Amino acid sequence: MVNQSNKVLNTNITNLVNQNYQYGFSTTIEKDIIEKGLSKKTIFLISQKKEETEFLLNFRLKAFKKWKKMSQPEWAYLKFPEIDYQDIIYYSAPKAQKKLKNLNEVDPELLKTFEKLGISLTEQKRLANVAIDAVFDSVSIATTFQKELTEYGVIFSSISEAINEYPSLIERYLGTVVPIGDNYFSALNSAVFTDGSFCYIPENTICPLDLSTYFRINDQQSGQFERTLIISEKNSQVNYLEGCTAPQYDTNQLHAAIVELIALENASIKYSTVQNWYSGNELGKGGVYNFVTKRGICSGNNSKISWTQVETGSAITWKYPSCILVGDNSKGEFYSVALTNNYQQADTGTKMMHIGKNTRSRIISKGISAGHSKNSYRGRVNVINKALGARNYSQCDSLLIGDLSNANTFPFISIQNSTTKIEHEASTSKIGEEQIFYFLQRGICLEKGIELMVSGFCREIFTELPLEFAAEADKLLTLKLEGSVG
Amino acid sequence: MNVNPPLLEVKRLEVSINENKILKSLNLTINKGEIHAIMGPNGSGKSTFSKVLAGHPSYSILNGEILFKGASILDLEPEERSHLGIFLAFQYPIEIPGVSNEDFLRLAYNSKQAFYNKPEVDPLEFFAIINEKLKLVNMSPSFLSRNLNEGFSGGEKKRNEILQMILLNSELSILDETDSGLDIDALRIISNGINNFMNEKKSIILITHYQRLLDYINPTYVHVMYDGKIIKTGSANLAKELETKGYEWLQS
Repeated sequence: MVNQSNKVLNTNITNLVNQNYQYGFSTTIEKDIIEKGLSKKTIFLISQKKEETEFLLNFRLKAFKKWKKMSQPEWAYLKFPEIDYQDIIYYSAPKAQKKLKNLNEVDPELLKTFEKLGISLTEQKRLANVAIDAVFDSVSIATTFQKELTEYGVIFSSISEAINEYPSLIERYLGTVVPIGDNYFSALNSAVFTDGSFCYIPENTICPLDLSTYFRINDQQSGQFERTLIISEKNSQVNYLEGCTAPQYDTNQLHAAIVELIALENASIKYSTVQNWYSGNELGKGGVYNFVTKRGICSGNNSKISWTQVETGSAITWKYPSCILVGDNSKGEFYSVALTNNYQQADTGTKMMHIGKNTRSRIISKGISAGHSKNSYRGRVNVINKALGARNYSQCDSLLIGDLSNANTFPFISIQNSTTKIEHEASTSKIGEEQIFYFLQRGICLEKGIELMVSGFCREIFTELPLEFAAEADKLLTLKLEGSVG
Repeated sequence: MNVNPPLLEVKRLEVSINENKILKSLNLTINKGEIHAIMGPNGSGKSTFSKVLAGHPSYSILNGEILFKGASILDLEPEERSHLGIFLAFQYPIEIPGVSNEDFLRLAYNSKQAFYNKPEVDPLEFFAIINEKLKLVNMSPSFLSRNLNEGFSGGEKKRNEILQMILLNSELSILDETDSGLDIDALRIISNGINNFMNEKKSIILITHYQRLLDYINPTYVHVMYDGKIIKTGSANLAKELETKGYEWLQS
C-alpha cells in the first residue's frame, strides 16, 4: 500500500472521492407500495397491511393528530430546503409470500443485496457471534439466530412480529421513553413507523450473542421510519449494533427513526451505531435526511446505558442519543465520532438527564469536518435538585480538515444542586497543509498520514466499539476522507 | 564524465509564493562530506529555500534547476524526495495531537523500507532500532509514547527532529534554525548528535542566525543570503566576521 508511486496517488485521489460510496447500488424488486402522501387514510392502510391491534392503530392516530399541530424544529444548525411530506412514500415493502417460514423463502434478490452489503443472512455464512435483523425499506425481511436466542429466553424479532406476538410488552413500553409528542419527527415516526427491531432480555440473562439490525433504504421515493425497542430486565446485559446504508440517488430520502432503550435494575445496554447512509455527492446533491430520536432510560438502580455512534453518512444528521438517569447510581455514556465531508451537515450530540442520586454520565464527542461541511456538537446536561452527588464529564473535540469546513460546539449545562461535579473540556485541532507536509517530508504518503491522524483522533471512541465494527469504522473514515485534502 | 556528480546542485533558482518572488537566481553546489552554513538577515529567503528543496507545494518554481545526485527533483513529490534522502528539520516542528511519536516514527521508517523494497519492521523490532537512536540525542524512551511534538518544549521538539534525521539516515539534511531557542546544554547535545551522524557520504545545510552553533559544528563553507541570492561565500571565519560586523557591510 505504501510504496505505490505517490504522484499517481495524488492525482488519482480526487477521482477516488467519487467512488467512495460502495453501497450506492439499488435493487430492482417487485414492491408493495402505499401511494405517496400522508393522511389518516395512509395510517389506516399501514395498520391494515400490518394487521395491527387497535392499540397500535390508536397510537398512530394520536401521533398523527399531534404531528399535524407541530412544526419542524428550527433550532439546529442545519440548512435544507423544506421537506414536502406529501411527496414521500410511507410504505414500500418487497412483495412476498404471506408468511415466511425460513430464509429459503426470502427473495434471493434480497439475500443477494444484503450479501453485497457484507451482511450474510444465510445459514452457512452467518457471522458466528451476531444475530441480525435485516430491514429493507419499510419491513424486516429476516432475523437470524432467533431459535437459538429463544433458548435463553431472549426475544429478538422485527417490531411488527413483536406487536402481534408480545402485545403486552409492546403496550407496556412503546412510547414510554420517547413520547409520541416528544418532537416533530418522533410524532411523525409514531404515526407511520413500519418496522424495526425488538429485543427483550429476561432477568438474570447475559445475552449470548451481540444483536444487530441492518437498515437498508432501497426505494428512491420512500422514507424509512423504523422503530427499535430494547428492554433489558433486572440483572441482564445486551450489546446491540446498528448499521445503515442507502443507494446513491440525486434526490433526498427521509429517514426518521426512533430508538427506545429501557434498562431495569442492574441492567446494562450498550448500543453501537455505524451510520453510513448515502451522503450526497461532492456538490451536495442527493443524500439521506436523517432525523433520529434515540433515548434510553435507566429506570432501575445501578443500571447503565451506553451509546456509541460513528456517523459518517447522510446529507443531514439530526440526532441526540440521550440517557434519562432515574435509578440511583445509574450511568449514562455517549461516545461519538461524527464525520462530515463535502456539503454534509451534522448537528448531533446528547442529553444526559440526572434524576437519581449518584448518577454518572460521560460524554466524549469527536467531530471531524472536511470539505465544505458543517459539523456541530449539541449537548445538554441537566441535574435536578434531587440528583445528589451526580457527576458528568464531557469532552468535545473538533478536527478541521482543510480551510472551508466548519465546526461548532453548543454545550448546555443546568445544575440544581451543589453536590454535583461537572467537567467540560473542548479542543479544536486542524489537519492543514503544514501538518500534511510534515508527514510527506518524512516519507509518509498523504493517505497514510491522514489515516494516522484521524484514527488517533478517534481512538477513544473506537475502543468502545465491538471489534469487527472498530476495524470497519477505521476503514470507513479513511475512505470517506479520501480526496478531502491535497 | 560526471561519474560522481555533486550531491546537490542548485542553478539559477527563482521561486515565488503568492506572486512574491522570494528566491532570485540562487546558485549553490554541495558535495558529499560538506557542511554548508547559510546565514543572512530575516526575510532573505533561507526558510523558503529549505522548503523548496523539500518540495513544499505552496511555492512555484519560476526558473532554474535543482539536481540531486545529478538528476532533477523538481517533478518529484515531497515524499519521494524524502525517500531519496532529503531531510528537512523544521524551524517550528508542528504538533500532531492523537498520534504517538512512536507510531509516527515507525510509519516514517517503514515507508522508506517499503520504498526500497525492504521488509517493514514490526513494533518490537522497531523499538530495538529506535532505542539505539534515542541515546544519540539523549532522549528517554518515554518520548515515544507521547503525542508527536504535542506539549514538547522547544528543545525537545528540536531533538525530536534530529532523532528523525538519524532514524531516516538522510544523505542531505537541511537544518532550519535548529539551534534557535536552545539552551547551552541542549545545543551541545544536538550538535553532538549532528557531528556523530555526519560522515563523508553525507551533507548538511545549516540555516542559522548565530555563530554559536558553528562553535560546535564546523562548516566547510559559510554563505550569506540576501534578497533571495547568495551574495558572499567564505570559510568558517566569515561567520565570525558577521557576528561582529552584522550584514550591513555586505550590502553595499
